[in-house]
Amino acid sequence: MIPNSFDYVAAKSLDEALSLLGKHKDDAKVLAGGHSLIPAMKLRLAQPQILIDISRIKELAYIREDDGQIRIGATTTHYQIESSDLLRRACPLLPETATFLGDVQVRNKGTIGGSLAHADPGADWPAAVIALNAEITAAGPKGERTIKVEQFFTGMLSTALQPGEILREIRFSVPKGRVGQCYRKFRHPASGFAVVGVAVSLLLDGSGKCQSAGVGVTGVSPKPYRASAVENALKGSALDGKSMSGAAAHASDGVDANTDLFASGEYRRHLAVVYTRRALEMASSRAK
Amino acid sequence: MAEKYFGKRQKRTEDPRLIQGLAHYVDDIKLPDTLHAVFLRSIYAHARIKSIDTSEAKKAPRVIAVYTGKDVSAKIGAVPCAAALPELKVPDHRVLATDKTYFVGHPVAVVVAEDRYAARDAADLIQVDYDELPVVMDEEKAAQGGPVVHEQFKTNIAYKLTAGEGDVEAALKSADKVIQQRILHRRLAPIAMEPRGVLARYYPGEQELTLWTSTQIPHLARTQIALMLGMAENKLRLIAPEVGGGFGSKLNVYGEEALLGWIAMQLNRPVKWIETRRENIQATIHGRGQTGYIEIGYKNDGTLTGLRYNVYADMGAYFQLLTPAIPTLTGLMLSGCYKIPAIQINITGVFTNKMATDAYRGAGRPEATYVVERALDLVAAEMGKDPVEVRRKNMPAPHEFPFKTATGLFYDSGNYEGALKKALDMANYTKLRDDQSKARKEGRLVGIGVSTYVEICAIGPSAATPAGGWESATVRIEPTGKVTILTGASPHGQGQETSFAQVAGDELGVNINDVTVIHGDTAIVQYGIGTFGSRGTAVGGTAVYYALQKLKEKANKLAAHMLGVENGPVDFKDGKFSKDGKSVTIQEVALTAYLGKNLPADMEPGLSAIHFFEPKNFTFPFGTHIAVVEIDRETGEVHFQRYVAVDDCGKVINPLLVDGQVQGGIVQSLGQALYEEIVYDEQGQLVSGTLMDYAVPRASHVPWLELDRTETPTDVNPMGVKGVGEAGTIGATPAIVAAVVDALSPFGIRHLDMPIKPETVWRIIGKKGAA
Amino acid sequence: MNKINVSVNGVSHQSEVEPRMLLVHYLREALNLTGTHVGCETSLCGACTVLVDGQAVKSCTLFAVQADGSQITTIEGMATDGKLHPVQEGFWEHHGLQCGYCTPGMIMAAAQILARNPDPSDEEIRHGLEGNLCRCTGYQHIVQAVQCAAKKAKKQ
Repeated sequence: MIPNSFDYVAAKSLDEALSLLGKHKDDAKVLAGGHSLIPAMKLRLAQPQILIDISRIKELAYIREDDGQIRIGATTTHYQIESSDLLRRACPLLPETATFLGDVQVRNKGTIGGSLAHADPGADWPAAVIALNAEITAAGPKGERTIKVEQFFTGMLSTALQPGEILREIRFSVPKGRVGQCYRKFRHPASGFAVVGVAVSLLLDGSGKCQSAGVGVTGVSPKPYRASAVENALKGSALDGKSMSGAAAHASDGVDANTDLFASGEYRRHLAVVYTRRALEMASSRAK
Repeated sequence: MAEKYFGKRQKRTEDPRLIQGLAHYVDDIKLPDTLHAVFLRSIYAHARIKSIDTSEAKKAPRVIAVYTGKDVSAKIGAVPCAAALPELKVPDHRVLATDKTYFVGHPVAVVVAEDRYAARDAADLIQVDYDELPVVMDEEKAAQGGPVVHEQFKTNIAYKLTAGEGDVEAALKSADKVIQQRILHRRLAPIAMEPRGVLARYYPGEQELTLWTSTQIPHLARTQIALMLGMAENKLRLIAPEVGGGFGSKLNVYGEEALLGWIAMQLNRPVKWIETRRENIQATIHGRGQTGYIEIGYKNDGTLTGLRYNVYADMGAYFQLLTPAIPTLTGLMLSGCYKIPAIQINITGVFTNKMATDAYRGAGRPEATYVVERALDLVAAEMGKDPVEVRRKNMPAPHEFPFKTATGLFYDSGNYEGALKKALDMANYTKLRDDQSKARKEGRLVGIGVSTYVEICAIGPSAATPAGGWESATVRIEPTGKVTILTGASPHGQGQETSFAQVAGDELGVNINDVTVIHGDTAIVQYGIGTFGSRGTAVGGTAVYYALQKLKEKANKLAAHMLGVENGPVDFKDGKFSKDGKSVTIQEVALTAYLGKNLPADMEPGLSAIHFFEPKNFTFPFGTHIAVVEIDRETGEVHFQRYVAVDDCGKVINPLLVDGQVQGGIVQSLGQALYEEIVYDEQGQLVSGTLMDYAVPRASHVPWLELDRTETPTDVNPMGVKGVGEAGTIGATPAIVAAVVDALSPFGIRHLDMPIKPETVWRIIGKKGAA
Repeated sequence: MNKINVSVNGVSHQSEVEPRMLLVHYLREALNLTGTHVGCETSLCGACTVLVDGQAVKSCTLFAVQADGSQITTIEGMATDGKLHPVQEGFWEHHGLQCGYCTPGMIMAAAQILARNPDPSDEEIRHGLEGNLCRCTGYQHIVQAVQCAAKKAKKQ
């Protein structure tokens, strides 16, 4: 219940946060909403010497649309995403995903950047950002770099963020045209994390066929993944029941699935298929 | 006419403080100079302690003291077990581990510091050198041999006990068919929302120790802790302040309670310990924990001939207050609400390297009901009959009460068919079954589970309990007319501050806002037993009722004297005594009693009465629960369609409170049936050690509960109340499991062990031919 | 030690706190507002829920330093001028509590639900209470309490 002692600095700017991080290196942890970090600290699974609080940096909390791109600042809370009129209109997948995430209190405080950087295998956002082909901007001592979402998640609780870097922004192109999106989740009865979570973003062509599909899956394996086989199978398909269930059948192809007290790897792989199909059906009905 | 309170949906008098955050649970009580204790607990299930080095911890900032088993074992008596069974092997249970640790969470040392942060930091500085020992985890295997938990016993079998009446062997032989089934009752964590906590303060001048502790049994705990500490019982004041739930987990005496008292005396400063949730799951008692084998025999017409239940009961490593007694309650209730001529239970109590099991809401009776109800369903399935029909066939009729069971009980009263019929009507059972057949034709997996239960409440006659089954009450009217009730019961959410005030309000003709119910402080309240076993109202409330009668008798006499009708009767109505047009209020009578100037010659001043109520029997509430579920055949998830329950707890003082008890109980059952399970791995590590893994039901897991009641009074007590605290946890589990099993019956499923997880269901559907 | 300024239930406080002090401990120990409870250490039970700048948060998952400059409302600040908040009234009328330990957190979470959705359905209430555990009531009376509070709030 009680974390170790540490020093605390509320950074006023991203530059200050980066320079503090550069100075304290592994002794430091970046604190945004704290909803991944603080529980770990309370169980003393994480014992940082210094916390650099970036939640007060105004330049990091925003949701905006520029040149056909949506940009979401790292310290934007789950609730800000859930309640964003811009996103509800331009990319309802994100608000929908948020409603499945944790609980009201967690959504009020937890941030999208914090959740992505923590990379819990049962986190919800990874599925959505994969489905949206998002890019993640990392700010570091040498400036900013952009990481494609596929490269961002490198394993259980690990990401492509380098020491000294802070996740700065999530951005993606606004889906335009006949778009249908959906997030579906099998919720762990105790923790509320995703046993399986599937995010789908479909773009239909003029004839109602699938022009492109983004399908992200979380909860199933140590790191979230893009269900490429599903996406490929959908491309050009009529999005009828048969094509969608045929495509969804590939949702866990070649995936090394997690086993825990609640669900075996085999079951998770199966759930990924079912939830992918259900998310596809809902997304396509929304697009039509 | 004054308002009548009995039977009214009266909102609770205890709520204003609770809804405004003004109540005082243990951790809310602040004393100057309080020290804080943090425990270091074993990380191994079974290990020899080679050495403990506390030197660094003792040097840490703000640390006052560190104690280990060596420091305290000779000074504090063993943690008590009140259950007396023949040839019971009782391990010596010290407040801190001495040479070995026996389960994960076993306390090894305690750090005392100026604040809890410092104490927590210092706990990390204690070095314990362990030698791991082989662990004993499975109660059934442990009974057969292998490594032993307690070397001195040379066996893991703590006791064996056979109970029941009738010749079971012959009864099963006479049956046309005997069904056997292995059945598991997993270990559960009670998870009272307030973890345990203790605050101790010593007054050296008075040589008095005050302990505030989150307990259901303040007086019994006082007696036991005083014995552990070797002090006079009346120099220990034990206070159960606001208690944030118990469910049996605080019907106990824990080592931490005595140890905190001892530390306060050693250091002569107040000291507080508040359990963390992780500690709570590790080291507060668990419930259930049985592996059993059912044999049930029946005739071709469905008549039951006999039931045998051979059970390995997981004790854990040590006994807590009632650990070995819990399975014996299972034995008592094995007749359920049926006529079973011969019943036998063979209990093997087994030590394992786990936390002790003990009373968890229902305490042995949910296990019994589950056994009987599963058995009846197995009979119905084998016979191809509706489970309701098999139940009806074997129920005693209302005229057969009091009904004697082959477990040695006399059921006081009952109308099982009445509650069953009402529930079936509410659920529209015939239509449910029709809809189910239609659904099945469409390939949908719909299941209906029916459980008809009886439970043993109002525990209980002293002859049948380890330490007194009575309850006490004092009622007094103060000089200003305010009414004070001191109850030996120790409510912690059940609402008896309100329901007892309702009883007093009616009996005395006063407003319930003029009644204060005091409980939980051994320095104020006469000796009492406590709140558990659905006894608070049926036993504690009855004591209040009788004390009120005694008080009224005296008031009546005094009123007659005041009205000048010494020898004649006076009327008492709505708080007024009257005769021939003259009247005095009960408040005036009270004042007169205290002024002492105008009393009958033989009357003592003052107006109070005390009563210790000894019930002549248990009570036996009953009811019918019906669950309707649909299974997602792709994922195995269970979704509720309906939940209907009709409970009969006799007369009801406050229906609002009864509904609350039933609803809460059903949801704990739902957790047991579908989600909850304490899991230790093969090394004895507690895998479900936080609420991240141990799934307590949330609001979204719970269907709308459609509740009603029948009312069959008991003559065990004058108000006709039976108790209801555990009904939900007893009646609901079998109904929910039966519904899931019924939904899966097209796959040939007749039984599933709890918790029934989606993956289990999915595997059944997948393996046995998914459509 | 770090300096913080917070307003709790309308009263300003300046305090020196250790950075690791959890907000719930600050409220309970430093300000003696013991109505906010602790029921777990994994941010799952919600007993510690308070409003920070109008948003329900779990005060066990927030360091007091993070709340610097905030307006905090705890259960003790819900009743105004001796009049109960509609949510408190709802819990009382519908027996939405038994042992009362989860209740302050439940009430704060329920207030958040109604602040965002004045007319929630049964399902929306249950979803909104996902972050709060109750072991006593089985939730049904809590759902009714919140519905009742919604009606009362509308009348006001």
